[in-house]
Amino acid sequence: MTALLDGYNFAFLDEQTKRMIRRALLKAVAIPGYQVPFGSREMPLPYGWGTGGIQVTAAVIGLDDTLKVIDQGADDTTNAVSIRRFFQRMTGVRTTVKTREATLIQTRHRVPETPLREGQILIYQVPIPEPLRWLEPRETETRKMHALSEYGAMHVKLYEDISRHGQVSTAYDYPVLVNGRYLMRSSPIPKFDTPKIHMCAALQLFGAGREKRIFAVPPYTDVRPLDFEDHPFSVESWPTSCALCGSADSFLDEIVLDDQGGRMFVCSDTDYCADRRAAGHAGPATTPAEVTT
Amino acid sequence: MSVIERPLLAVENLSKAFGARPAVRDVSFSLWPGEVLGIVGESGSGKSTLLNCLAGRMQVDAGRIVYDTAAGAPIDLVTAAESARRHLMRTEWGFVQQNPRDGLRMDFSAGANIGERLMAIGDRNYAQLRSTAESWLSAVEMPLRRIDDLPRTFSGGMQQRLQIARNLVTRPRLVLMDEPTGGLDVSVQARLLDLIRRLVQQFQVSAIVVTHDLGVARLLAHRLMVMKDGMVVEEGLTDQVLDDPQHEYTQLLVSSVLSA
Repeated sequence: MTALLDGYNFAFLDEQTKRMIRRALLKAVAIPGYQVPFGSREMPLPYGWGTGGIQVTAAVIGLDDTLKVIDQGADDTTNAVSIRRFFQRMTGVRTTVKTREATLIQTRHRVPETPLREGQILIYQVPIPEPLRWLEPRETETRKMHALSEYGAMHVKLYEDISRHGQVSTAYDYPVLVNGRYLMRSSPIPKFDTPKIHMCAALQLFGAGREKRIFAVPPYTDVRPLDFEDHPFSVESWPTSCALCGSADSFLDEIVLDDQGGRMFVCSDTDYCADRRAAGHAGPATTPAEVTT
Repeated sequence: MSVIERPLLAVENLSKAFGARPAVRDVSFSLWPGEVLGIVGESGSGKSTLLNCLAGRMQVDAGRIVYDTAAGAPIDLVTAAESARRHLMRTEWGFVQQNPRDGLRMDFSAGANIGERLMAIGDRNYAQLRSTAESWLSAVEMPLRRIDDLPRTFSGGMQQRLQIARNLVTRPRLVLMDEPTGGLDVSVQARLLDLIRRLVQQFQVSAIVVTHDLGVARLLAHRLMVMKDGMVVEEGLTDQVLDDPQHEYTQLLVSSVLSA
């Protein structure tokens, strides 16, 4: 256990800043999917490393909380380890790798496979909050488009995907309509996770540090991915199941084993995979080398 | 035969100034259903400003712009809610820019460009969007195999035709055109003018065409308005204005046309 550092306020940010962020969060929860501006602070790590998520976590974390931090679904990657250690030293709260035990989960790229429950808060680190940015570079214009719900042009990108690739090739950060009103970027989670945002029991908070925006999806909110009638939304699938735990319904990472084309697929959610193995599930250790064209 | 009771567009005492410099002064006119109105004048005479004011791209200082919607309820675009105005722009109006780069999405294929307005008003069927795009490509005499190509690979004339298709796809009732044939060579211009004339007739759209080219005005416009220093100095049937100009500025304009 890392020792608590002296000389810092609880959770690094000063109380006024936390209050300001909480006000933004309240507004965000009240208007699901709406991007609320907030006074993002300098954090002791660069933009792009999760400053938005860290500020949101710092604003909502309390002494009773149990924190879990994941990066690409894993608890043991560099970013996850350093953010977890940061909060250990700044708050002294309990940390965990178990999705079930956590009250706060800060994430980048994934929604845990284990279904979230009421009372949990999932905090996303968001790089670019504006879903219309690629369509319209002017901030004044995108705000107007949100205000008037002019979202039809979003489908132009999906149309382009289908005409070029035969299918919607947007694989992550899939655009969704929240509560039938605001268009939202689902942060850089794979589209595999997009359905998990819909009617989720947990509170979901999104923080973008560089762009200084906070948005939220309250529990049990309707979240629909955009699609076409004749090209409905669909998620990724894999030719095999997890090599370690045998799961056929989780998001799999491909791991290259050698330079002979050997590779294996394993769960990206390390906690979920470990849980399943502990419960006696097993996969075929390694899958035979497959050649894709 | 039905009697047309109301103009499609009635502009009353429209004024617009940039600071102390007036650009459009007290302009009034009416546009009737199915009519093509030409606005001519030299550079700086206020014709483009007038067009931008009509399209809601600029705030007007004074005046009314009353548009008779398809639903039969006239609305004043100057005081109308922005949402209503923007909806009209996407459905019942079209705007053809002089430079197709301003009116097209250059990073998206021709098909996506044609389909955009349809998607914006709620079309969600890919196959239908695609077949509509195909039929519009052929309507503007473009090869179907270019449907997935980016506009930047098109020639200037093709880009302009694509822009016209993109605007007409929602069957607008009123199309504003700002120098639609500017920057094209004469043979391409002639084909494009032919096309515009045919489409305007076929779909019974009303149009306001801003141009400094009297030849374009003569070919396209039923009626002509001559602008100078932000004011309308002469107005009448196109042939009448061009063949028997009354105002000295119009006379100057007509006499300065070079004939080959």
